[in-house]
Amino acid sequence: MNIAGRLSLDALMHGPLPLPVLIGISIFAAIFGLAAVAWLSYFKRWSLVIRPTQYLWREWFTSLDPKRIGVMYIVIAFLMLLRSVADAGMIRAQQATSVGSSHGFLSSDTFQQVFTAHGTMMIFFVGMGMMFGLINLILPLQIGARDVAFPFLNSVSFWLFAAGFVLVNISLFVGEFAATGWLAYPPLSELAYSPGVGVDYWIWTLQIAGIGSLLSGVNFLVTILRMRAPGMTLMKMPMFVWSVLNAMVLVVFAFPILTVTLALLSLDRTMGMHFFTSNAGGNPMMYVNLIWAWGHPEVYILILPAFGVFSEVVATFSRKRLFGYKSMVWALGAITFFSFTVWLHHFFTMGAGSNVNAFFGIMTAVIAVPTGVKVFNWLFTMYRGRIYFTTPMMWFLGFVVTFTIGGMAGVLMSVPAIDYQVHNTLFLVAHFHTMIVGGVLFGYFAGFTYWFPKMFGFTLNERLGRYAFWCWLIGFVLAFVPLYILGLMGAARRLDHYDASLGWQGLFIVAGVGVMVIMLGIGFQVLQIIVSVIRRSSLKDTTGDPWNGRTLEWSTVSPAPSYNFAIIPTVDTRDPFWEAKQSPSKAKKLVYQDITMPKNTSVGIIIAAFVGFACFGIVWHIWWLSALACTGALLTIIVRSTDENTEYIITADELARLESSTNSGGKA
Amino acid sequence: MNSRSKVVIGFLLALTLSAVLAYLLQGTTIAVLSPKGPVARHEMQLLMTVTLLMLVVVVPVFALTAFIAWKYRASNTRARYSPEWDRNRVAETVWWVIPVILIGVISVITWQSSHELDPSRPLTTTVKPITIQVVALQWKWLFIYPEQQIATVNYVQFPKNTPVNFVITSDAPMNSFWIPQLGGQIYAMSGMSTQLHLVADEIGNYRGTSVNLSGSGYAGMDFVAAASSQSDFDGWVATLKSLPTPLTLQEYDSLQQPSKNNSVASYSQIQPNLYDRVVMKYMYQ
Repeated sequence: MNIAGRLSLDALMHGPLPLPVLIGISIFAAIFGLAAVAWLSYFKRWSLVIRPTQYLWREWFTSLDPKRIGVMYIVIAFLMLLRSVADAGMIRAQQATSVGSSHGFLSSDTFQQVFTAHGTMMIFFVGMGMMFGLINLILPLQIGARDVAFPFLNSVSFWLFAAGFVLVNISLFVGEFAATGWLAYPPLSELAYSPGVGVDYWIWTLQIAGIGSLLSGVNFLVTILRMRAPGMTLMKMPMFVWSVLNAMVLVVFAFPILTVTLALLSLDRTMGMHFFTSNAGGNPMMYVNLIWAWGHPEVYILILPAFGVFSEVVATFSRKRLFGYKSMVWALGAITFFSFTVWLHHFFTMGAGSNVNAFFGIMTAVIAVPTGVKVFNWLFTMYRGRIYFTTPMMWFLGFVVTFTIGGMAGVLMSVPAIDYQVHNTLFLVAHFHTMIVGGVLFGYFAGFTYWFPKMFGFTLNERLGRYAFWCWLIGFVLAFVPLYILGLMGAARRLDHYDASLGWQGLFIVAGVGVMVIMLGIGFQVLQIIVSVIRRSSLKDTTGDPWNGRTLEWSTVSPAPSYNFAIIPTVDTRDPFWEAKQSPSKAKKLVYQDITMPKNTSVGIIIAAFVGFACFGIVWHIWWLSALACTGALLTIIVRSTDENTEYIITADELARLESSTNSGGKA
Repeated sequence: MNSRSKVVIGFLLALTLSAVLAYLLQGTTIAVLSPKGPVARHEMQLLMTVTLLMLVVVVPVFALTAFIAWKYRASNTRARYSPEWDRNRVAETVWWVIPVILIGVISVITWQSSHELDPSRPLTTTVKPITIQVVALQWKWLFIYPEQQIATVNYVQFPKNTPVNFVITSDAPMNSFWIPQLGGQIYAMSGMSTQLHLVADEIGNYRGTSVNLSGSGYAGMDFVAAASSQSDFDGWVATLKSLPTPLTLQEYDSLQQPSKNNSVASYSQIQPNLYDRVVMKYMYQ
């Protein structure tokens, strides 16, 4: 047996980047690396490398502080946003040029890998990454807790997500990625039609990132249910916490379906089984059902926390209590419940009977009711308020417009007989981008801007934030309005070439211009962060409450200390911090107590590294590597389980000293 | 820049985009909105009805958003400010009940149309329907006429006003069979047989296509669906029957090899039960 499995020079020849390009990159990297090493040795500047590495390792990579883990999630999400948007640019560039006798600059196979990677990365790394990033950052603070329920598990979750990130990017250089679309329907994704490693990369990237998400789901579910500050009953939780609670319930119920489905597909591909093949008793339709039984809740997992962000943002910047709190809670619950009853609407065209199609169509339309109620409640939160048009509020208003239009297209497609005419066309593509760009991304951008000062101690530049917003909104209209029309003109999704006589080219060019405007928006976001870091002293948040906030996260200093709160707050109302500011009571005598905190540990990163190697081994059929890595992961888990020395104590005296220094530092 | 000039700029941008789109759409066909048969026409009417129904909610939402955001801007200190006002039973009942009624109406439409437009339901006409068997291959469409004993690739012809019973399978990854101007799509899956009933009421060549990713030649899976007069159809069938190219099993085996951007091909005579063989092949392997 070959010790390198399927991995060979020949395999490298057929990747998305051909071997000459790879060699070019390697030579460039080698020259650059050698030059750097020579420079560092000659000038004896090794500390320039060692110190930051040590800092990153000690303060970030091994950290169990959810706020730091949250920032790392967001960093990965942002890197993946850059790559996925570049992919989007390539998709539209191909479609704008590949008409009639011209066949564009990408082969069909490369083009198909590009859109598969775009979808996979946007959902699993950008959407999920931003979501878990913001949850990690803010959720413990909002419920008045010092940490999550299982801090070490949280680190494992993140590093599994990071291992998935590494694996999906390795596929760019070593081998290829799936060319099957982001949900890899069999039989196309089976060995018979996709014999390469692409689908295996896809399976194992999703598998590790997905297991990371599942563990996070359990973690935050327990955190919310068990770790709220005294007095914070369920009906006094901030709406963001409610939205996360619902999303995590969905994670816990939906992600196991994904894990099993991917495992079965992998058994088909590596062990010659026949769960989803079209022959030998396999059934591809079963896969389509299973993947959407996860996939539909997944889109609600992404959107619910974004709804939560908007609920916080609208109330804060309208200086008013959230309207219809109970309605909002019930609406979330209804969406959560119904999201498990609609998966079949993704394949009305698979030939189910009319009763079945009608049932799932009606259930789908029903979800529009609680969603619409939420929109009205947000609008009436603004009504009789004092609205400040900060960047987060701009993202919210943009969201109302895009989300309403997307929702309209969604209800249209919930009618099976209409869906027959638009399914799998660019109309569908436009619909779900309206929801995911206009809903999920706008929501998380709003949350990122809103909570940024709580992580770093200074706010983001507002002017550049507004520029970014307008570019995103205008780019969005340019990129997706043409797609709605193209869909009605009969343009299928995922086409790498079409006939000139159809008259689609102009619309594809407009859509491509839209993508460029969105890229400009991302440029402004990068610039916004750079400029804000440079001018951080003038943007400094000295009070811990830059927006006149309402909830507990604003009651502690910015950036929040590792223990969040020196004294755990007691809650007796829905907007505890707002109420406290309205009627300031006499300063109570501060009585500090010892705090138990988890120690930093590198075990999470080690486990994830082992798992990453194991998956790489399976992708390339390097079985000894997988066996070794699995054993390593298992041993690490056992060793960690027997370690009793995982916590340290901040004594009351030390806490008093820390608090007085941060407070005086804040005033200085 | 004051807010009025911002509104003007936004309006001008929207106007420009509309003008550009209108220019680009000149001389093109918006297939779903220019139906050439009763099925597609019914589906388009549904699309219009449901869109109008939803505008009942969408328009007020947009108007409310603009009005509230403008009136209660922080700089407008004359507007009423009630920071503690967070519930109103009547208002909340209104926006739970109105969408429920609306969705109730849409649900009735959904239920009825799902049955009326069920793709597997034969169309009710007095004209005797024609059966055409469709096989999705890598990457082309094979059409078999069991009654006429002819077959074609990437071209299908039928008389207008005659209901066509498409019976569809696949000897390839999953595809979706769609002729937008005649009616909705249905998946083509190996080892399965799906049905689609369509009829054209106007003579013309309509574009048909695959709308489900099926591998690297997927983009080239367009075909022509030609609705002709009965006499033209009969003539066409006679021409094909006189061709020297029968579709034998060997011929089918070479045809089902992967190939991209295929041109039209025609066959006289077909191997008996070819379609059933293709479907059943996945049961034995």
